Amino acid sequence: MINNLKESLVEEKVNTFFNVEAVRKDFPILERTIYGKPLVYLDNAATTHKPKVVIERLKEYYESENSNIHRGVHYLSQLATNKFEETREKVRKFINASSVKEIIFTKGATDSINLFASSFGRKFISEGDEIIITQMEHHANIVPWQMLCEANKAVLKYIPIDDNGELILSDLEKLITPKTKLISFLHVSNSLGTINPAKEIISIAHKHGIKVLLDGAQSIQHSKVDVRDLDADFFVFSGHKIYGPTGTGVLYGKESLLNELPPYQGGGDMIRVVTMEKTSYNELPYKFEAGTPNIAGIIGLGTAIDYVNTIGLENISNYEHELLVYAEKKLLEIEGVKIIGTAKNKAAVISFVLEGIHPHDVGTILDSEGVAIRAGHHCTQPIMQRFGIPATARASFSFYNTMEEVDQLALAIKKVFEVFK
Amino acid sequence: MNSELRELYQQVILDHNKNPKNFGKIENHNHSSEGFNPLCGDHIHLYLHTDGDIITDISFEGGGCAISKSSASMMTAFVKGKTLAEANHLFERFHEMVTGTGSDDDAYEDLDKLAVLQGVKEFPVRVKCASLAWHTLVAALKNSPESISTE
Repeated sequence: MINNLKESLVEEKVNTFFNVEAVRKDFPILERTIYGKPLVYLDNAATTHKPKVVIERLKEYYESENSNIHRGVHYLSQLATNKFEETREKVRKFINASSVKEIIFTKGATDSINLFASSFGRKFISEGDEIIITQMEHHANIVPWQMLCEANKAVLKYIPIDDNGELILSDLEKLITPKTKLISFLHVSNSLGTINPAKEIISIAHKHGIKVLLDGAQSIQHSKVDVRDLDADFFVFSGHKIYGPTGTGVLYGKESLLNELPPYQGGGDMIRVVTMEKTSYNELPYKFEAGTPNIAGIIGLGTAIDYVNTIGLENISNYEHELLVYAEKKLLEIEGVKIIGTAKNKAAVISFVLEGIHPHDVGTILDSEGVAIRAGHHCTQPIMQRFGIPATARASFSFYNTMEEVDQLALAIKKVFEVFK
Repeated sequence: MNSELRELYQQVILDHNKNPKNFGKIENHNHSSEGFNPLCGDHIHLYLHTDGDIITDISFEGGGCAISKSSASMMTAFVKGKTLAEANHLFERFHEMVTGTGSDDDAYEDLDKLAVLQGVKEFPVRVKCASLAWHTLVAALKNSPESISTE
């Protein structure tokens, strides 16, 4: 019996075996060198590289399908429209939305949040109302709310974080009042790697009749997001962080809620009838898509989603977790390395500081070894203030990174200490 | 380590980083200014005492990378005792040196020890680190009420 169980475990391991060397061949940029050294790209939380299929898809579009969408009766316009709309269905399926009407294309997660803050704010936020975010938000999920609160005389509150970089959830119920209209928070922290208990927070919010926006900029590429299972009212992500082109993003919203929101920008495509006196607006999702979108990019995003599906999010999750565990172990073996963000549930993002050495110097020296990381505040200054540090160095991983690259990172960090000894 | 990097992190720069000169706050300052480098979180607070045209005392506080800290340390040591006009001229010379906009055969001998920061010009993203203290100095001398940002 035990032997059988063992065998089945081995088999499972083999089934989920992930061939990173094969996958790396899909990404042309990984072949290049930096200052004569192989590129070790560990800045995936900033943006991910693009597989060949995505790059070729963009070329194919411009070479044989280029046309404006939703407008022409001619062949190419219809072809481009179909291809563009195919991505909407791919995104719907990918996040398990109920309908393509719930998928709004934007320039990226920041654009999605600004769209939402503007529309939701105009309709639902008035003087004295309260919005709750967290202390670990990216500036993209802080500044739009500060701007809205200033304009509408509303109040912005923050769920604090503890020393591990986890939300202090027991404070949430205390922050909620009858005036609370919205909770907006990130699913995975781009600086700490913390995976927030989204389902739990959403359920608390809904108990109080509060709507929720979930920022999936750092979760969508790492593990399965099911907006219906989470019961998220709104969800945003960027295409370029999930192996798609820059300038693409998504705002998901429950259809009934999106219908209640006023349009964001005015222009072509978002209208039904325009007279000199008045305009009636198009239906969902076009109501929120004024002007010619990034057609090629959105089509490329569809290809990126196909690619991720081929690799399999479960394989990605498992392998990236192995990378995380190995990298944390290797880094902590080096004396003087401290990891910032030690939550129980983490994505493959490691923020670290080296004793007595500024992260910016770390970044420059690592770069000279071909190791690309990010050094700075990662657009999360409140987190830096919380931990009393100006900045961190951050290594963020993708499924195309290897254990050998982790070793390279560790070696390069040792070089930093040598320079500063 | 490649030669550009060795040039950037010379021992004298590392020494100033470890034991900066004129670090702290002088109580009887009559000029001060704050400088930020939002890109990397460098932050410097500069205090000056001038008597007529002469910078009689100068100090700085704050945190930053080795380049920004050693640059601030060396700058304060160098401009102490100089006139305001001299300090402004040195700022221009220093700026020329770290941005690499001056002439190629210029050895920047007039900048004396500060010439060790020449290596910065090979690292465009680090130029702001080296020049933060200087921008803050110019702002302090103008008594500019706004804080200074390199962005």
